Amino acid sequence: MKPSDFDVDAVDLSWCPGCGNFQILSALKEALSELGLLPRDVVLVSGIGQAAKTPHFMKGHIIQGLHGRALPVATGVKAANPTMTVLAIGGDGDMYGEGGNHLIHAIRRNPNLANLVHNNMVYGLTKGQASPTSPVGLKTPVQVEGVFSEPLNPLALALSQGASFVARTFSGYPDLTREIIKAAILHKGYSLVDIFQPCVSFNKVNTYKWFKENTVILEENPNVHDRGKAMELALASPPYPLGILYEDATDRRTFEDQFQAYRETDEPLWKRSPRFERISAFVEGLRA
Amino acid sequence: MGSELSLVLCGAAGQGVQTVEQLMVKALARSGYHVFATKESMSRVRGGNNSTEIRVSSKPVKAFVDRIDVLVPLNGGIRANIWRRLAAETLVLGDREELKDEFEGKPGRFVDVQMLEMARKTGGAVTANTVAAGLLCALFKVDYALLKDLLETRFSAKAEILAKNLLASEKGYAEGLALLEKGDVDLRLPKARKGSRPVVLDGHTAVSLGAMAGGCNFVTAYPMSPGSGVLAFMARNAVRFGIGVEQVEDEIAAVNMALGAWAAGARAMATTSGGGFALMEEGISLAGVTETPLVIHLGQRPGPATGMATRTEQADLELALYAGHGEFPRVLLAPGDAKEAFDLSRLAFDWADRYQVPVFILTDEYLLDSVFEEKGFRVDGKKFSHRFIQAKPGYKRFKITGNGVSPRGVFGYGDGLIRIDSHEHDEAGHIEEDFEMRERMQLKRLLKLKLLEKAALPPKVSGNPDDGNLVLCWGSTGPIVEEAFKRLRQGSLCLVHFSQLYPLNAAVQDLVAKAKRILVVEGNSTGQFARLIRQATGRKADDLLLNFRGHQFSVEEVVYRLESFAKGGQQS
Repeated sequence: MKPSDFDVDAVDLSWCPGCGNFQILSALKEALSELGLLPRDVVLVSGIGQAAKTPHFMKGHIIQGLHGRALPVATGVKAANPTMTVLAIGGDGDMYGEGGNHLIHAIRRNPNLANLVHNNMVYGLTKGQASPTSPVGLKTPVQVEGVFSEPLNPLALALSQGASFVARTFSGYPDLTREIIKAAILHKGYSLVDIFQPCVSFNKVNTYKWFKENTVILEENPNVHDRGKAMELALASPPYPLGILYEDATDRRTFEDQFQAYRETDEPLWKRSPRFERISAFVEGLRA
Repeated sequence: MGSELSLVLCGAAGQGVQTVEQLMVKALARSGYHVFATKESMSRVRGGNNSTEIRVSSKPVKAFVDRIDVLVPLNGGIRANIWRRLAAETLVLGDREELKDEFEGKPGRFVDVQMLEMARKTGGAVTANTVAAGLLCALFKVDYALLKDLLETRFSAKAEILAKNLLASEKGYAEGLALLEKGDVDLRLPKARKGSRPVVLDGHTAVSLGAMAGGCNFVTAYPMSPGSGVLAFMARNAVRFGIGVEQVEDEIAAVNMALGAWAAGARAMATTSGGGFALMEEGISLAGVTETPLVIHLGQRPGPATGMATRTEQADLELALYAGHGEFPRVLLAPGDAKEAFDLSRLAFDWADRYQVPVFILTDEYLLDSVFEEKGFRVDGKKFSHRFIQAKPGYKRFKITGNGVSPRGVFGYGDGLIRIDSHEHDEAGHIEEDFEMRERMQLKRLLKLKLLEKAALPPKVSGNPDDGNLVLCWGSTGPIVEEAFKRLRQGSLCLVHFSQLYPLNAAVQDLVAKAKRILVVEGNSTGQFARLIRQATGRKADDLLLNFRGHQFSVEEVVYRLESFAKGGQQS
């Protein structure tokens, strides 16, 4: 398996030169190939936004759906066919803004999928408005006096809801990003990977330089199974820790594990026909 | 008494009116009567006053009537919708201890039956409803052994509660026999049903079982009356039938999760009511552009907004017809009874898979909560097939074909990659802004409407449509209008019932063209179906019979209006 197995032919990538998305795309392809996965094994589900275009620029099954709705779609895919490797990919506006309610409930549900959130703290596709993670004071064409709402803390939110895997990386560190994506895919259950990423066109505050100066890589995390300690890291203000903050060690059951459809057989739903005999017997049981 | 009667039970929520209804419907049906039951309830968990009408007949019945022959009030606080239906002939079997002088000076013949006292002496005050069941069984000459059997099934898990209820039912039964002895009361009817015992089920159950027979194996929903009856039925029976059921965070998740499941080869249904359906609209549009099959059960209730949570209406036709931005084909089905609810729910899955379009099953609270008897349903694999294909390398999800349907691959089956995109796209599913490709793709999707029009179910026509007075109705209103039509036996009337609303079967053009005058009967305040007919045929309805009070039409009010319509009168 080579990362180039995931390359698509002659695609016109619509990202701006220097965008962090390029590095994330490369890291994702490397991660998938290093895990021995083929494009046909992978379903890339996304919403709308610059980050949500990622599935178009690589090989794999894809559903690019609606803004904010990647997680319920991805959960439906995974629950219908648990043999697939499913990723839900999008940006901070997509996953934390429009899709915020789904994020909370996907965490609770714990489907076995990796949720990659490209977090550049600004809206790219719609040209520079504030996102849920924009820092207070950021001036934009809409927030003309600067953002005054507090930024959402995705890691603390995920931890507080019981997420079974929570990590953060920075697109400027491709090796770290690749390794974290691999760990997220390998983790059994919902995994959130918040990926810091500069927006070279619309965010002049949170630049490559800013991210390098305001983050610190957790070289090792002896408390990775300790949710309380992870929360302390998640709440740490600059420098922001990069790495796996938390991974559940209790082998928590996934959504698919508990899905009633798999109580009697593991067969993916597409292979099934209705249980005609049981339905018929049930109907007969309704006779007066 | 004639060959049928209408028995109404009423009482506070939590008092067990529904238990009596279920026992009586089964007992009467098993004894050889035809039965139909329909309930109306207030949106509260305890208290208030809810009622159930059970029609008992020697002929098949499937419709609500205003007339009350026998009223059994389990407690006081009778509401206006019951009072207005009492007549001098109405027999009231009530407990004066419970009702005090509430029936003083009211129409009807009051017979005091001390149900509460009998309950106290046997199973305790809470078993007053079981006393009533015993009483009624005796009055209808239902064999006590039959009631006992039903009680034993119902309370099989709790021996102590069963014993109490058996005592209460015996007491009620003995009281009923005594009343018969005295000659005060006689509810016996000729039993006319022949052949095997009927299947007795409500609309929720019919929709659920039909969906299962159509291959439904994934159900998503956010609870909302009356759509959540299907959710509850599916959840209760999920393991037995191999169905995954998830109560999601909102209806937006419901539609998107269902869509993801279909894309991976499942057969998913979201069940909801108008408010939830409105939230699903963007997802419905996504199903439209991605040509992903989708089935949504829309149990209608009165709107706008919260409206009346436990009541009925047929006012979401246009919501479903126009749901979702952009233009794309869809199917609207509207069953009229349990048989149709089963058949059309099954068909919904077949068509969603075959034509790769969203299919909506429009029911309403009245249909879902009503109990029908049906001969039975054929459940086998004859009508079932999966139409997805094994995707080969180079597979194009949106291949332009002669009929608009592209062979559908699903994730995990074959080596070809399946690329599904909410943007306008090319055949392979890549984002595409080429104007020519846009036009070709839009026309390809719309082409499927031709197939749907060809497949559209014909309406059910009763009477001679030539040069007559045409009465049009749809969905759950059908059996009510049909009974009214039969009562009138007016040669100049022709009844047409639609269980598919969109696209309409081409036969409607001819029917409407031949009609002298047209009356549309429907449960909303503006005549949505009449508008749809005009849009499809250019013909404006001459008259509308509309009902938007929150309760279904009664046979009587339809009779009244059909009579004047047949004579040429108009009341708008």
